[in-house]
Amino acid sequence: MSDRIFGAVGLLIAIGFAFAAMAIEESFLSDAVGPKAFPLIIAAVLGLASIAIILRPDASPEWPSLGRLTEILAAAVVMILYAEMLPVIGFIIATIFAAAYLTWRLGSGLVGSVLTGLGTSFGIYIIFHLVLGLSLARGPFGF
Amino acid sequence: MDTLSSLADGFAIALTWQNLLLALLGCFLGTIMGALPGLGPSNGVAILIPLAFTLGLGATPSLILLTSVYYGAMYGGRISSILLNIPGDEPAMMTCLDGYPMAQKGMAGQALSLSGIASFVGSFFATWGLIFLAPQLVKIALLFGPAEYFALFALAFMTLGGVSSTNQAKSAFAAALGLGLAMIGVDTQTGVPRFTFGEVHLYDGLDFLVAIVGLFALSEVFIFLENRHGEADGKKAKIEVGPLTPSMSMLKQTTPTMLRSTVLGFLAGVLPGAGASLGSFISYSMEKRLVDPKGKTFGKGDPRGVAAPEAGNNAAAGGALVPMLALGVPGSGTTAVLLAVLLSLNITPGPLLFSQNPDVVWGLIAALFIANFMLLAMNIPMVGLFTRVLMVPPRILMPVVAMISFVGIYGISGSSFDLLVMVGFGLLGWILRKFDVPLVPIILGTLLGNSMENNLRRAITIDNGDWFTLVDTPLALTLWAIAIIGFILPLIIGRKVKAQMHERGDHEGSTSD
Repeated sequence: MSDRIFGAVGLLIAIGFAFAAMAIEESFLSDAVGPKAFPLIIAAVLGLASIAIILRPDASPEWPSLGRLTEILAAAVVMILYAEMLPVIGFIIATIFAAAYLTWRLGSGLVGSVLTGLGTSFGIYIIFHLVLGLSLARGPFGF
Repeated sequence: MDTLSSLADGFAIALTWQNLLLALLGCFLGTIMGALPGLGPSNGVAILIPLAFTLGLGATPSLILLTSVYYGAMYGGRISSILLNIPGDEPAMMTCLDGYPMAQKGMAGQALSLSGIASFVGSFFATWGLIFLAPQLVKIALLFGPAEYFALFALAFMTLGGVSSTNQAKSAFAAALGLGLAMIGVDTQTGVPRFTFGEVHLYDGLDFLVAIVGLFALSEVFIFLENRHGEADGKKAKIEVGPLTPSMSMLKQTTPTMLRSTVLGFLAGVLPGAGASLGSFISYSMEKRLVDPKGKTFGKGDPRGVAAPEAGNNAAAGGALVPMLALGVPGSGTTAVLLAVLLSLNITPGPLLFSQNPDVVWGLIAALFIANFMLLAMNIPMVGLFTRVLMVPPRILMPVVAMISFVGIYGISGSSFDLLVMVGFGLLGWILRKFDVPLVPIILGTLLGNSMENNLRRAITIDNGDWFTLVDTPLALTLWAIAIIGFILPLIIGRKVKAQMHERGDHEGSTSD
């Protein structure tokens, strides 16, 4: 059943992609093929593959329980926050929090999480910034 | 002779302190990444690409670093297979079958050094194979026009699922998805924006590095979060390594095995869409059929069962570089990632690479030889060091992987937008892996999409809009025929092969070799 839903979503994407391809504005200077043809071919392949998936679905994958699913979404939210906060609060502070959160959710204890967060953040800062000279996001305190 | 003098030039390039140091670093990191379950060659290389860029390394040094990682990971995968019965990466799966039983018999040290030697033999001869085969392939490729190139790209996509693919529809889906993503951005030939929805960040197109790191590295973090591997691991690494030197008789017994497996593995690597996992699988099953058809010793700790897959997967790793360098069409996940490196450095792989950038090609090949010797040295006397790395539990490793991914991508572009796109790809990768959709065709699609389209349009424009030009030369027709056979064949025999490959159940996800 999962596969059929997946195929249906794929088919919708293919249709949407085809419509978006039709909407591409043609330039007055164009080659014989134009900018629409190849995307339309791709949309066709995507659609056919989706139909094939709907018609001959594989066995359903083992979906995680609701709890684990929330876990993944929460991690994604933390990563998104990390991406947004990086230029605001700087690399070191943001990374301490993000790494500590991830290792905590992967099963570290509280103290261990804080230590891993600190270690990861300063470790990366030292190796990548101080030794290798990579530019990392600067926060209000210059790190 | 021409080849040998080019090779000598290559050594002159590779033998600088910087390049030697990079090769050493790459071998070391690669072995660690291979050894750690959850980090394989493709995500290992993916994480390091941004680093190579932001360090401002040139083309040859970057490639030396990253291919050393690639070769190193091929060596490293065996360590956890033998000691923990968990394959460090997918190609090392077959090594578990006899490696772990050997370790249980107290012969872990011998298994490790024997497999190290087998890895060396495999990649050493495969590198020679690369030297002699790639220029031949280049000669053929020079005959290719745009129509043939279009057919070649189609061939690459249609065969990418490989004989081990169970569901060709999903491979096709993945390829189309990747190609579709490549279409985002301003059309290079007419200058109109496509699929950008007015978002200025998208005018340049999606950076395929962002897609690669998201799909390969971040999705792995999500997989770990889902399963929480964290608790159990790290305790079992207490197996005694024991004496390291294999006896002479064991070496003598396994020599023919290594040589046979090298040839098989190399061929499996050169074929499109096969890669190292298939190389080790074919080598192991052929060897078993050949020397132990009744299954008396194989699977119970036969040294030949350790030597065969290791020689096979390392040879396949070398073989997979042939189509990547000579045609610009990679046949496996990691070579696709390496192609991304070349493209980002503005080097177009393919036949012209050999004439335009001979320093890159031969410097790389020479570096592979050097890396191979370094790896042999690292993986036999110093193997104890790497066994200790296995104690690092994933709950600490995975956050580090995630953070390094962020650092790398941020280092390239300095924009939060790219990081958000990367998180999106991470989630997408997780979903697709749940559905058993292969990720490699997506990567290949985003990499090759634009040049595939350009070749199509060029071919048709040259012929004044006649679409039949795509199939009107014998060369193009041959390529199409291979592509179609390659697509249909797995439908017939695929299920059987895949079932055999995975009967051990230790499936590491679909970011294979």
